[in-house]
Amino acid sequence: MKKMGTFKVKSGLAEMLKGGVIMDIVSVEQAKIAEEAGAVSVMVLERIPADIRKVGGVARMADPQLIKDVMDSVTIPVMAKVRIGHFAEAQILQALGVDFIDESEVLTPADEQYHINKNKFEIPFVCGATNLGEALRRIDEGAAMIRTKGEAGTGNVVEAVRHMRLIMSEIKELTSLSEDKLITTAKEKEASYELVKWVAENGKLPVVNFAAGGIATPADAALMMQLGAEGVFVGSGIFKSENPSVMAKAIVRATTYFNDPEVLLEVSRNLGEAMMGLQISQIEEVDLLQKRGI
Amino acid sequence: MKKIGVLALQGAVSEHIEILERCGVTPIEIKKTVQIADIDGLIIPGGESSTIGNLMNEYSFFEKIREFAYKGKPIYGTCAGLILMSKNIIGENRKTISIMDIEVRRNAFGRQIDSMEIDIEIPKLGNKKFPAVFIRAPIIEKVGKQVEILAEIDDRIVMAQQENLLVSAFHPELSNDDRIHRYFLNLVNKRWR
Repeated sequence: MKKMGTFKVKSGLAEMLKGGVIMDIVSVEQAKIAEEAGAVSVMVLERIPADIRKVGGVARMADPQLIKDVMDSVTIPVMAKVRIGHFAEAQILQALGVDFIDESEVLTPADEQYHINKNKFEIPFVCGATNLGEALRRIDEGAAMIRTKGEAGTGNVVEAVRHMRLIMSEIKELTSLSEDKLITTAKEKEASYELVKWVAENGKLPVVNFAAGGIATPADAALMMQLGAEGVFVGSGIFKSENPSVMAKAIVRATTYFNDPEVLLEVSRNLGEAMMGLQISQIEEVDLLQKRGI
Repeated sequence: MKKIGVLALQGAVSEHIEILERCGVTPIEIKKTVQIADIDGLIIPGGESSTIGNLMNEYSFFEKIREFAYKGKPIYGTCAGLILMSKNIIGENRKTISIMDIEVRRNAFGRQIDSMEIDIEIPKLGNKKFPAVFIRAPIIEKVGKQVEILAEIDDRIVMAQQENLLVSAFHPELSNDDRIHRYFLNLVNKRWR
């Protein structure tokens, strides 16, 4: 008996991406550059986050034709973003046969109350989180992979660091709690008790946890990996840098050798200019993407 | 005690490490070619074969793993590992370690939507079927004379062995069944050259 679209198959693809770099791209040409540089997957967008920030307006799922063209031109898995709660966009991407869907705060949310019921889909989903409660709620909804939200399009790693540190310390805290306290914790985090108990017993999330949102250099990637990320998403950091191909290769190598300062030194040299970057304090509260869909 | 390395450039490394620990051996994550001198067997895990191949090329793993195989040391490749051990990837001109006389096709079952769990027969492991997890899996389309076919689905080859070299298109590291890892550990205990 063949079983398709099971949680094992969905989270299994995420396991295969571990130790790798997933790169945002907006064209077939960029997808090929990413694949050649060693990306484990590409994320198709209409605009990269830094430009979404600049342009404003409503950011939606990319044109399915663009996504299809990318699927036809690279052999690595292809991901695409849908708006939070926009299950119709997700249905379209599932019909297209994309490999992974990112229900992403980078796009303009479509539903302020509900996320997509991801358990109903055969395609795996990745969702962003700023803390453990958010991560657990997304997993309860069927997410097969979690990433930090960070603050996309800023080239500033500080928020991704904060989110990863918080998630890691909250997991550690759970492992020391008694059963009675876990019941209360599950309520506080608005997550299912079964999931909270599993995390407490295993000391980790039941799905892969990547870093995302502001990673712009090989050193940023190594930092996130050392803080416990199992891989990284790089959005604007590559194609807003002076030399995308060189930067992409360097970040791939830094993600593998995150614990090896000599390799990190070697790959960090002569990269040209990294993306400009933004101070988080210069962003208006309402423009913070991480506050969307919690 | 035999030492088993798991190539740790990218992919599902920790799953293999956990199963090996359950089987009672001490696994070593291999990130540098110098470490290969210390191990008795090597697992090349599932992951993205183009990424792992890219890093292998950059850090001179192809030659070192080839030497390791020619010395008769056992190597087990799952999914991406299978692709990288083959002598040819049909329709692509990517470099491989090229140690096993098989030709493979990547993503032969289709995309992620076609990924599946299925119980398959592996006669060498006994009558009980093996719970195989296929994720964007490759198949073996051609095998040389020295290659023994260990498992097939609908006449498509998904597991094979050539003396000290073992490959599967699926991921036993995602199943709760350690029979293939134990089978591999038996290969490590034999003398091949």
